[in-house]
Amino acid sequence: MEAYLDNSATTRCSERAAAKMVELLTLEYGNPSSLHMKGVDAEKAMNEARKQIAKTLKCQEKEVVFTSGGTESNNLAIIGSAMANQRAGKHIITTGIEHASVANPMAFLEENGFEVTYLSVDSDGIISLEELEQAIRPDTILVSLMQVNNEIGAIEPIEEAGKIIKSKNPGTLFHVDAIQSYGKMIVIPKKANIDLLSVSGHKIHGPKGSGFLYIKDKTKIKPILFGGGQQKGMRSGTENVPAIAGLGVAAEEIYTDSEAKIAHLYALRDHFIQEVTRIDGVSVNGKITHENAPHIVSVSIQGVRAEVMLHTLEDRGIYVSAGSACSSNKPSVSKTLKGIGLKENLLDSTVRFSFSVHTTMEEIDYALSVMRETIPMLQKYTRH
Amino acid sequence: MYSAFLIKYAEIAIKGKNRYIFEDKLVSNIAYQLKNVDGEFNVRKENGRIYVEAQGEYDYDEAVAALQRVFGIVGICPVILVEDRGFEQLAKDVIDHIEETYPDKNFTFKVDARRARKNYPMTSMEINAAIGERILEAFPETKVDVHHPQVMIHIEIRPMINIYSTELPGQGGMPLGSAGKAMLLLSGGIDSPVAGYMISKRGVTLEATYFHAPPYTSERAKQKVVDLAKKVARYSGRIKLNVVNFTDIQLYIYEKCPHDELTIIMRRYMMMIAEHFAKESGCLGLVTGESIGQVASQTMQSLAVTNEVCSLPVYRPCIALDKQDIVTIAEKIDTYETSILPFEDCCTIFVAKHPVTKPNLEYIKRSEKNLEEKIEGLMRTAIETTEVIMVDAE
Repeated sequence: MEAYLDNSATTRCSERAAAKMVELLTLEYGNPSSLHMKGVDAEKAMNEARKQIAKTLKCQEKEVVFTSGGTESNNLAIIGSAMANQRAGKHIITTGIEHASVANPMAFLEENGFEVTYLSVDSDGIISLEELEQAIRPDTILVSLMQVNNEIGAIEPIEEAGKIIKSKNPGTLFHVDAIQSYGKMIVIPKKANIDLLSVSGHKIHGPKGSGFLYIKDKTKIKPILFGGGQQKGMRSGTENVPAIAGLGVAAEEIYTDSEAKIAHLYALRDHFIQEVTRIDGVSVNGKITHENAPHIVSVSIQGVRAEVMLHTLEDRGIYVSAGSACSSNKPSVSKTLKGIGLKENLLDSTVRFSFSVHTTMEEIDYALSVMRETIPMLQKYTRH
Repeated sequence: MYSAFLIKYAEIAIKGKNRYIFEDKLVSNIAYQLKNVDGEFNVRKENGRIYVEAQGEYDYDEAVAALQRVFGIVGICPVILVEDRGFEQLAKDVIDHIEETYPDKNFTFKVDARRARKNYPMTSMEINAAIGERILEAFPETKVDVHHPQVMIHIEIRPMINIYSTELPGQGGMPLGSAGKAMLLLSGGIDSPVAGYMISKRGVTLEATYFHAPPYTSERAKQKVVDLAKKVARYSGRIKLNVVNFTDIQLYIYEKCPHDELTIIMRRYMMMIAEHFAKESGCLGLVTGESIGQVASQTMQSLAVTNEVCSLPVYRPCIALDKQDIVTIAEKIDTYETSILPFEDCCTIFVAKHPVTKPNLEYIKRSEKNLEEKIEGLMRTAIETTEVIMVDAE
């Protein structure tokens, strides 16, 4: 049996999305900037995707800018808004548990004269709204928060944060990294006072190399890529039409019947948590209630190194991540796990299980049975 | 543009009657290295010289790089080969060569002529003087300096006349395949690929053994070792890599022996398994990347204890090198970047905080008594389930 439980790293591409992409790669392969019919057809496909996405966010089509994925969306949001607003101030607020594609642009801005305040989180990975409010200053130009943490699935209070930011300093832009939340919950930027929102395609059964940044109309932001002026100059470079079209299909699919899908994910999660915590030395990080994201479970296993657990599961056809997948070939301590105050001896013993709509209860039970069988054995042999 | 290289080799020249064997190996090794270079080449032996001649267009830089990987070559001279059409023509050829090769003519030089063909109408000294004069006339900025010339212009009168003034360094060493085969214990670290390269430089071909310990080590760690073997194979030729699953042996030692002796006991069993494969395929020795005092298992006491299980000689070319010296070689042979990829290898997974640094052989043997029940069976299984990968240069 095989169980792919690493859906926060990436997901299997939807068949409809893949079929759409093949069509655009081989038949309607035009450049949307070309004036002839082939170009117009490609442009139509792109507009269709834009429409599909706008519908899921209840936003205007022109507020969607396609990018190469989550990392680019975050970079454009952060560096682009910092560049455009630096005369108003050079102070930015974010959290200490952001993904590297937010944390590293922040570090880059710090090297270039910006000041960044990092909010702390509690033991469930949640920021304090009071701390946020106190951190906002007249020269604060941007607040960047992740909606769902990629390692433990903590949900940040985005709507409340939006209200606080805009009442304290209406000039401050609000960026939300929705890469782990889009598709797993309803996100309406306007309702939450969000100016910028990043999404990645391959986390929602779309193709890798696809993504978008929602940019609220009239937001002051500068591009970070320069060239032929595509997408109204906000993102130069010939649009990756097949990926964009695939992303559109995937977005539409994931928000079709989304309530049932989310309920399915919570059912998997509830069952998994209930059973896995019965194994000796196993604990779950973050909230175990439905206040946490439905698709991520962070599990610490006392006395078993994460990498060993990962390879043991892999050997039985079960795929998971050690810490946060995108950076897991660098054994560095996770800022999120440190941030929630996880005990030192568990930092290197934490694996992440993440589900998708395709994950079945049988797969979960299979993973549980393998864990019940192998963990006691692995705990026998530990490093000193 | 040069269309030929004169290959210089040193040590081979003193091998007496075996000389032709070494030379033939060198010729075939050169041809092998040039296979992946754009262009066609003819490699031939002539009067104690090896010439590489390009047939038409070729990539000069790639060709030089390939020749610089061939063990046994000490110097690579891009050479002009011309027919003997009298002195005037020779002088013109030399001047053309200088014109093309040295944009800045402000240098000192010396002409060094030799006659392998003694029937040439001028003596070597006469050629030196006459050509030197022509060069001074053609390029008044140049100066003669017979003691420390910046440019040494060689003219060799052979069936063809050889003109060259540059000698690029070769690897040195002995032609591959002239010295037998050895079994390299290859880990994912910095030292063992360097050790493989160094021993191979003396003409030794390689086999290798790698120990992996799934699930404690990953598929990527294994891929890393394959990648390292590919890099070493650029010099040493094809490597047969034995991948041994060592997990059960390791866990058994962990269960039965004092934990501060784990590494040393583990290494003894690794040596035994590697030696088994070595003997099976006719290797004449084992090769490790060990260096005195680098880690607990590489003190002189520890080395003696690991050495004790082997009957084949164990060659340790890095033994007296400092870490930085090893890194310098690793960088030169382009294994360093791969070696430092952070995947756990089986030597570090259960490493004790304070491993023994001065193990006593009797104590170690006493600890190994605890393994008697199962160890033979586990060794047999490990040997039987070993995966063999043929690794060619990438």
